[in-house]
Amino acid sequence: MIEFLSQPWAWYVSGPIIALVMFLLLWAGGNFGVSSTLRTMCSMGGAGSKVAFFNFDWKSQIWNIVFVLGAIIGGFIASTLLKNPEPLALSSATVEDLQQIGIGFDGAIAPLSIFSWESFFSIKGFLILVVGGFLVGFGTRWAGGCTSGHAISGLSNLQIPSLIAVIGFFIGGLIMTHLLFPLIF
Amino acid sequence: MKFLKYLLIGILFGIVMTKSEAISWYRIQEMFRFQSFHMYGIIGSALAVGVVMVAYLKRKEVKSLDGDIITFTDKNFSIPRYLLGGIVFGLGWALSGACPGPMYTLLGNGFSVFLVVIASAVLGTFTYGLLRDVLPH
Repeated sequence: MIEFLSQPWAWYVSGPIIALVMFLLLWAGGNFGVSSTLRTMCSMGGAGSKVAFFNFDWKSQIWNIVFVLGAIIGGFIASTLLKNPEPLALSSATVEDLQQIGIGFDGAIAPLSIFSWESFFSIKGFLILVVGGFLVGFGTRWAGGCTSGHAISGLSNLQIPSLIAVIGFFIGGLIMTHLLFPLIF
Repeated sequence: MKFLKYLLIGILFGIVMTKSEAISWYRIQEMFRFQSFHMYGIIGSALAVGVVMVAYLKRKEVKSLDGDIITFTDKNFSIPRYLLGGIVFGLGWALSGACPGPMYTLLGNGFSVFLVVIASAVLGTFTYGLLRDVLPH
């Protein structure tokens, strides 16, 4: 059983389980939108006294903080007990593209050359970790949601604003990958 | 105890995000380079099930655990807010290879440096709050 679950999960298994997560959250009385937790953490830290946007009852959002704590635990379980012994099956075209910009494929789930504390103290690493995180946090709140809130929850509810946001996600992602990556790396 | 269910749902989410490799920086690159169907398959199949599910929940007025009917609010229409905010988000998504859900999940995968990414994302959200009144919505 453990061996079976330790293989990578196919997209047609994973996608419906993500939809199940959305349903379970709705059924429990919450909703599926991870980026709201970033705003909640600002309020928990006292930002509400300075900026009105963070002056809301963050205690009503504790359930979402508990949900992401669960995601951390789930990530731990999946990478230890259910660890896939094989290297990531990345397409050879992507391996070659990344090689060309100087990022060797190491078979891990994320490149250890970038996502490590040593990397944090280099210019490139700092850019990816700090600027990347900042843009995600800034953009998601401006757009009113992230991949979970717009691409899954919003589009499932046939919301045109979510479609516009997802188009924006892809415009930004394509600009970064195809125009900016060759300059950065 | 009322939070336990959210913890368990979160654990399921963290496991599926890891085992599907949707948290992988490499998979996000593969997606933005159109070199694999994998990520499109995950999002597409989640959406196919999600659309049917939400339509059913609305039509049948299904109740949540607390006994309230599950409701969905329509989002206010705007183009600049969603398009510009979305583009900024997309730039960060491709660069860090992680949207908010994967950031937390990767922390659990042992990438402790994601504490920096999450802290930066919180700072980004805080900065948005500061500039909210001057940004187009």
